[in-house]
Amino acid sequence: MSTSELRHIGLNLGATDAATHRQAGNDVFGFWVFLMSDAVIFALLFATYGVMLSATAGGPTPAAEYKIGPAFVETLLLLTSSFTFGMASVAMKQGTGRRQLLGWMAVTLMFGAAFLGMELHDFATMFGDGAYPTRSGFLSAFFALVPLHGLHVFFGGIWIIVMMLQVLVFGLDARVKINILRLGLFWHFLDIVWIAIFSVVYLQGLIR
Amino acid sequence: MSGPNAGKGREIRSYAIGYVLALGLTCLAFAAVRWPTFAADTTLAIVFGLALLQMIVHFRFFLHISLSRSSRDDLQLVLFSTLIVALMVSGTLVILFNLRERMM
Repeated sequence: MSTSELRHIGLNLGATDAATHRQAGNDVFGFWVFLMSDAVIFALLFATYGVMLSATAGGPTPAAEYKIGPAFVETLLLLTSSFTFGMASVAMKQGTGRRQLLGWMAVTLMFGAAFLGMELHDFATMFGDGAYPTRSGFLSAFFALVPLHGLHVFFGGIWIIVMMLQVLVFGLDARVKINILRLGLFWHFLDIVWIAIFSVVYLQGLIR
Repeated sequence: MSGPNAGKGREIRSYAIGYVLALGLTCLAFAAVRWPTFAADTTLAIVFGLALLQMIVHFRFFLHISLSRSSRDDLQLVLFSTLIVALMVSGTLVILFNLRERMM
């Protein structure tokens, strides 16, 4: 096995850290199993949402509740955070210094927090309009799907903080590097789920 | 491609290309809905098409999924999961929409 070989999907450490690179193959594969089972959960919630879309029970409709501006800005925030985490991954892999790695992770965390803040504000507005989960089948499906993604982002944010602390305490040893690889996959995966939410939930609901 | 994911410059450029492409696709989908120019059905098809494209961009440039010979186990896992998801989602939609039609 040479170090120039791809051992798993995602950013490979390769020759920059040969020993960790060999170990990463199994570890990252396990994480992909988790990600894909998570994808199945989200996919079925999407299917439920699609079925429930017209079940508004005389209550708030998608077109009345969704605001295209905030949803678009949230998409840009999450997309940018995905890019900044990519930069963090490259900094980690290429060993360009801990400060650069921590900086990019902090920027990612900020974008994630801004995203969550906007999303919570959206939900609060919806609750204020009488659009709460028990109002109709449509709203139940909406609040099962979208906040679940928000919860993932929240725990992803906590994970970023934990990893920043691990980098500070343990330095960049094999375990920390592989954890950051996994965190990167998780964060990029959440971005993909959000693209589906933006298109299937928000844009579809707002098409006239 | 020499070595996994190539050198530093290539890596940064890959993320940057992915970011710009994803940004463009998001803006296109947003514009299609914000300033409607087509019929509703056509717009929906465009939005879904752009979303699918953008997911492929994310998988390619952010998650580095490639069809190269190594890392085949992972690729099979992802492809199999995609198959499962497609079966379950399309099955759910077909059955439940059919059920609703019969009950109306």
